[in-house]
Amino acid sequence: MSPISRRRILLGSAAAGAGLALTACTSNDTGNDAQVKTGGSGDANAAAGQKVIIGFSAPAADHGWIAAITNNAKAQAAVYSDVELRPVEAGADAAAQRAALSTLIAQKPQVIVMLPHDGKELNATGLEAMKAGIPVVNLDRAFPSAAAYRLQIKGDNYGMGLAAGQYIGEQLKAKGVGSPIIGEIPGIDSLELTQERTKGFNDALAAFGFKVANRRPAEFTADSGQAAATALLQALPKMDALWNHDDDQGIGVLAAIKQANRSEFFMVGGAGSKAAIDAITKDDTVLKATVTYSPSMASSAISLARLIGQGKGMSDLVELQVPKEITLASETITKDNASKYAKLGF
Amino acid sequence: MIAETALPKAQKYDDNLLRNLGLVGVLVILVIIGIVTRPELYSDPAWVRNNVLIILQQASGIGVVTVGMTFVIIGGGIDLSVGAIIALAGVWATTLATQSYGAAGMIFTALVVGVAVGLVNGVLIAYGKLVPFIATLAMLVSARGLAAQISGKQTQVSANETINSIATTKLLGIPLLVWILALVVAAGWVLLNRTTFGRRTVAVGGNPEAARLAGINVKRHSLLLYVLSGLCCGIGAIMLTSQATSAQAAMANLYELDAIAAAIIGGTLLSGGRGTIIGALFGVLVFSTITNLFAINNLATEVQNMVKGGIIVAAVLLQQFRYRSLTNLLRRRNVSDKP
Repeated sequence: MSPISRRRILLGSAAAGAGLALTACTSNDTGNDAQVKTGGSGDANAAAGQKVIIGFSAPAADHGWIAAITNNAKAQAAVYSDVELRPVEAGADAAAQRAALSTLIAQKPQVIVMLPHDGKELNATGLEAMKAGIPVVNLDRAFPSAAAYRLQIKGDNYGMGLAAGQYIGEQLKAKGVGSPIIGEIPGIDSLELTQERTKGFNDALAAFGFKVANRRPAEFTADSGQAAATALLQALPKMDALWNHDDDQGIGVLAAIKQANRSEFFMVGGAGSKAAIDAITKDDTVLKATVTYSPSMASSAISLARLIGQGKGMSDLVELQVPKEITLASETITKDNASKYAKLGF
Repeated sequence: MIAETALPKAQKYDDNLLRNLGLVGVLVILVIIGIVTRPELYSDPAWVRNNVLIILQQASGIGVVTVGMTFVIIGGGIDLSVGAIIALAGVWATTLATQSYGAAGMIFTALVVGVAVGLVNGVLIAYGKLVPFIATLAMLVSARGLAAQISGKQTQVSANETINSIATTKLLGIPLLVWILALVVAAGWVLLNRTTFGRRTVAVGGNPEAARLAGINVKRHSLLLYVLSGLCCGIGAIMLTSQATSAQAAMANLYELDAIAAAIIGGTLLSGGRGTIIGALFGVLVFSTITNLFAINNLATEVQNMVKGGIIVAAVLLQQFRYRSLTNLLRRRNVSDKP
């Protein structure tokens, strides 16, 4: 059934949700470096070096987050005079992506950066490339075999929940709320990424002695967000804080809050869409913060692929080579730092 | 159908009345469970009043779609594409180009898209002789595909205040969305029970061959049923877009199943030829009330889905039982009528 498989793809892709208009967001490398701490400002690494051909493959954009991944990769590659990016269309499914990557491997690029349709299904292709002597940078969807990749860079779902819980806990503690009523609107509940986010959220709240009073899952779409939020607001006539996992369904959540005429609580979002960051900056809704799961990881992947291709390490680290695994920290965007993140919104 | 026409008219209405009373009973039980489990919420009259309106409001979009679906099913068909039509109509109505024509342009677009997709369904089924299940399944896939194409897989935010205010406007203290539902249900009831169109729908669904021999243009009538369903989806798309202040290709997910389930527990025979609009409305309200009940008790939605499934099975079992007992009754009468 199409909606289900499409949904799966949508969610697998980290469910960050679609933002509004896609601006060519993260071409600015200082912004990206700041976010993943590649230390790209180090002189030795920034200077043009040996030419690197980077093969790139990501699924055709099925929503804003994936579109941002591809745009970021292209923009980041354009920043370097010594990088030539060879993007290949990944097609509609894992089989198509495998075929596209076989062609790419035959062309012998120095490095391949890929966001697989599915980490398990593309594992063999990763191994094939590594055997052919091409280092593979895996973006966000891990391969089961550690031999199938040289570098893995991904987001942190548990960390997202942790960051959201931390922010809510601190705010409520600062306000001196004793036993707060906290609501949660996750995305599709059967997904591992949703469960990880929720676990992080609960763990962070537990540290403050708080817990979630009501939890209504949505489906990462605005209309499901509206329905879930309406039910939640009705169940909790008074609420202190709300975490909505995804800024895209957040459009519907915010609509429901407006429709119910409620404003006694504050809300934290998830992913870091442009619309959410704008709303936080303007500070005219209950949305006061959002925790990131940023597609800027694609820009960083290109920067790191370049270093791998040139045999260089990250200049701030002692090691001579780029590490094997990088998990982005989920960051909390509030009114105070929103301007810094504005260009990272997608 | 045969058994139905053989029944005295009064008894048929009694039958519908009984079923609807049964669904009202289910609603009452659900509310009582709510009162028992969350007495502190139900002790606040303002909250209770608001809760009733919320349940109605959250049932409004799917309710409108279910009215169209009920017609299609009574007419012997099925429309699996309703959720996809809503998505396509919603997305088409919220493109920047459409939004530039204002609220009227957006509403017009949604209705036209709904009707047009319904027309394609109807032509494929009535004149292309495709099985409704297959034709509308294909439409489900392709309409969502087209919606994704148009929207570029983005969530399209509605910047039109008039459209967005549909969800916040109240008339006489009752949300506009609920008024729309009431109007559509009333229109559907009149159409089914008081017009030749309705009579023909029942005839076509009960026995298409007999309907054809009786001089009904069965093909044209089937086509019109899918157009009607498409129109309801167009209306639903506006309601949903207004509630979410946005539209996207994945919206109204699985609405087809909710609408079919609501129609079935409302007493519509999946094989066609019988069904009621009021029953379908109660079906929608039962689901909406269950969602509300589970929300106020913070119960997991998995359990909620299981309960929904159980209610569907129970309703169909009950229907079969009633149907069997009615035919038995008939047989006995026939025997006793013999001289």
